[in-house]
Amino acid sequence: MTEPTNRDPVQGGQVEVDAPTQEPGGYAPSVAERLAFYQRAGGVVTPLITVILAFFAGGLVVLATGHNPLRTYQAVWAGTGLNWFFHVGNYHIDIPFTGHHVFFWWNTDTNGLAAYNLTQTLILTTTLILTGLAVAFAFRCGLFNIGGQGQYTAGAIVSVWVGSSWAHMSQGLHVFLAIALAMVAGAGLAAVAGFLKATVGAHEVITTIMLNWIAYWVGSFLFGRGGPLQNSADISVPISNDVTPSGKLPVLWGNSDLQALHVGFFIALGALVVFWLMLNRTTLGYQVRAVGYNPEAARYGGINVARNYVYAMAISGAFAGIGGAADILGWQYRLGVLDIQVSNIGFIGIAVALLGRNTAVGVGLAALLFGALVNGTSTRGLDASIFPPELAGNLTLMIQALVLLFVGADVLVLYIWQARRHLRLGRRPAAPARPEGTA
Amino acid sequence: MADTATPVLELRGITKRFPGVVANDAVDFDLRKGEVHALLGENGAGKSTLMNILYGLYRHDEGEILLHGKPLDIDSPHEAIAAGIGMVHQHFMLIPVMTVAENIVLASEPTRGNVLLDMSAAEQRVRELAERFKFRVDPRARVEDITVGQQQRVEILKALYRNADILILDEPTAVLTPQEAIELFEILKELVAHGMSVIFISHKLNEVLEIADRITVLRRGKTVATVPREGATEADLARMMVGRDVLLRVEKQPASTGETLLHVEGLRVVDDRGLEAVRDVSLEVRAGEIVAIAGVDGNGQTELIDALTGLRRPAEGRITVGGREMTHASAHQFLEEGVGHIPEDRHRRGLVLEFSLAENLVLHDYAKRPYATRGFMSPRRVLDKARRLLEQFDVRGGTPSTPASALSGGNQQKVVIAREVDRDPRVLIAAQPTRGLDVGAIEFVHRRLVEQRDAGKAVLLISLELDEVLSLADRILVIYEGRIVGEFGPSVTEEELGIAMTGGRREAVA
Repeated sequence: MTEPTNRDPVQGGQVEVDAPTQEPGGYAPSVAERLAFYQRAGGVVTPLITVILAFFAGGLVVLATGHNPLRTYQAVWAGTGLNWFFHVGNYHIDIPFTGHHVFFWWNTDTNGLAAYNLTQTLILTTTLILTGLAVAFAFRCGLFNIGGQGQYTAGAIVSVWVGSSWAHMSQGLHVFLAIALAMVAGAGLAAVAGFLKATVGAHEVITTIMLNWIAYWVGSFLFGRGGPLQNSADISVPISNDVTPSGKLPVLWGNSDLQALHVGFFIALGALVVFWLMLNRTTLGYQVRAVGYNPEAARYGGINVARNYVYAMAISGAFAGIGGAADILGWQYRLGVLDIQVSNIGFIGIAVALLGRNTAVGVGLAALLFGALVNGTSTRGLDASIFPPELAGNLTLMIQALVLLFVGADVLVLYIWQARRHLRLGRRPAAPARPEGTA
Repeated sequence: MADTATPVLELRGITKRFPGVVANDAVDFDLRKGEVHALLGENGAGKSTLMNILYGLYRHDEGEILLHGKPLDIDSPHEAIAAGIGMVHQHFMLIPVMTVAENIVLASEPTRGNVLLDMSAAEQRVRELAERFKFRVDPRARVEDITVGQQQRVEILKALYRNADILILDEPTAVLTPQEAIELFEILKELVAHGMSVIFISHKLNEVLEIADRITVLRRGKTVATVPREGATEADLARMMVGRDVLLRVEKQPASTGETLLHVEGLRVVDDRGLEAVRDVSLEVRAGEIVAIAGVDGNGQTELIDALTGLRRPAEGRITVGGREMTHASAHQFLEEGVGHIPEDRHRRGLVLEFSLAENLVLHDYAKRPYATRGFMSPRRVLDKARRLLEQFDVRGGTPSTPASALSGGNQQKVVIAREVDRDPRVLIAAQPTRGLDVGAIEFVHRRLVEQRDAGKAVLLISLELDEVLSLADRILVIYEGRIVGEFGPSVTEEELGIAMTGGRREAVA
């Protein structure tokens, strides 16, 4: 059971179990009612089971290919760089010009392979947090934003354009401007879907998918050969100009020539906080949640439902837009047609949001999981002698798909959970179920 | 007509504990062949737990179940059905797009050669069954196209098709119109005449007295008494249910009315299907009076309420509140103008069930000081307000941070009423404010409405319950097919109202 400290009804609102004064609505709690309960109770349990099941199924596939699943997962783990935290490396930093050094309880080695892998994982986590929030925020308003990828691309296009122009601007201002405009671009693109939903009732799933293609082809045109934003150095390469030094996000950790961890990581963590604050502490968040849970009650309460669809989509798109800017200004520094066409980080955001149950903490953890998974199974992350990385990429996709499948099939997880209880208790009387009144 | 000798079914000393609560405490219950035995109790008294045990959804901790004198071990609804126990839930378990016959034979379909579905045989059997018990249903009609009353008959047929001889009905009249309820009672009489036994769960006193042969009252998980219908009165039953004397009729002084606060003229409203649902309605409600709109469900009440609260744009006509033109105002503007609205469906509209009680209590005022300042909410002030209102309105079963879905219907309704009344509206529109509530809660709601009237508010009550209309209203308007077809004083009889409610063409409804 989840901790009842969080007041948010989605993540773990406490369920009253003392019930003499509580009455049954109707007395066989419907599947949906029971499910709602287990979702609340299992706010943490269900995603965990989901992930374990997905990894288990993935392991069976590895086995089927004739490899050792345990060793493979071990190699994936090493590839994620998360082993850095358990790595016996340097636990001290030398104080210059003295013979002394200061000891730390964490690993201070920043040059090893583990450290490098870890930066890669965290770079991915940064973007996934933002694209995950883009899906999660809309979800809280009852909207399914499939357009994270397009909004991310829009942010990337605008940030590379701003970042590669105006070379003489001060760094702070340049970075701020690039991110802000990327945010506006993502928000604007998503708001189109929100607007269409609010005015003519066009379903957001359809419109955001269409907008994804618009972003895809606009980007391909802009940076394509002969395109207006193609680089000025080599017209045979369909790629943008480089971001000027003033437009780059400061590097936090690692070597900036090797894709180091950039300040965007903290922007993403900040976005998690903003997400939580916005939803739980502002009137806008109240409206968004009310509309998401029960649009009819929201309307009755005097809330303008249509307007909230536009706002929620715009805010979602803003998160994805920042995600695009973080990649461009943080480590990519240029955007090519190929980058636009192969990127799927916006789509992984859907899995992140679903697994993270559209909560701030959940999205943060799910982004780390998927960031680690994508990086751990990538060609450069995975030890090729243990599992061929070209197969491992598919393993990631598979685990991702399984997670989505299981998250979508909460009922199944619930069923497994109950079956497990049944096995344990056998036919002894009455497992302590919930009184009907709390259904 | 009841065979008094042998109980068909006997529950002895059933005890069921949930963490922190004893839902059933040594409950005894017996059912005789060919009787309707009502199980009466407030919401939360343990009726549902008891029936869930009987139907195999829960297991009892103590006690035993005897069927025809033999101990019975029921572990699942499947086993209950096999033992001849059928149950009709309050929320129907039908598949809307399938036909009546398909729904009835579902999971035990007649087949041809064990492979092919034999639909004509299914329809034939359903037709025979319907004829035997004098049901009027068309086996080929799709469930989504038939009325709620007919859907309920399909549910009953489903149980009969599976050879049930014990039928459990869970608050069957909650979803029915008065006419449909009468038809249901006819069917129940037919069933017991065929030797079936019926357990009738309800918290409505009048219908229990009408249909039941014996009545068992539960209170806080314990059997209070089992009494025969003969000699039982509503007041007795109410006292047994609630544990104290209950005012079944509201005490109130004559109205002292003031200026007109709600004025409606020539209103026409179109429903979702584009049909005219409200036709040329004119009415006015003055300060200090309760005006009731009586009518059978579906005669334009919903659309009228929507128009009067800004949730639906009228096609024609004029609405003024306290003299201010509000015809095309939004829901928000109606709220600002002091129109309170207790909606007819608290789950669909009145509450955000996933929200906490505190969040629900600021549904209209979340953006106002002191609950929010410049777009930022103050959870502390919201909680303070909730604590105050929950206490003032005696809402039980939850703290300010409990999700609304965890509360009983009566307490949920108290939350809605607390929110609306606390805003101090000038006009209060109460749509079926006591739907699904038990006597104690009904008394509470009625008292609040009269209080509002006495405080000089204009109260518009829309209700399907004639009892309620008669006991609360100072003036009664009858709506039929979207038109106001009559106005009556509070001394009108149920018969007169009933005739007007059905367009004057049919006999009175109870």
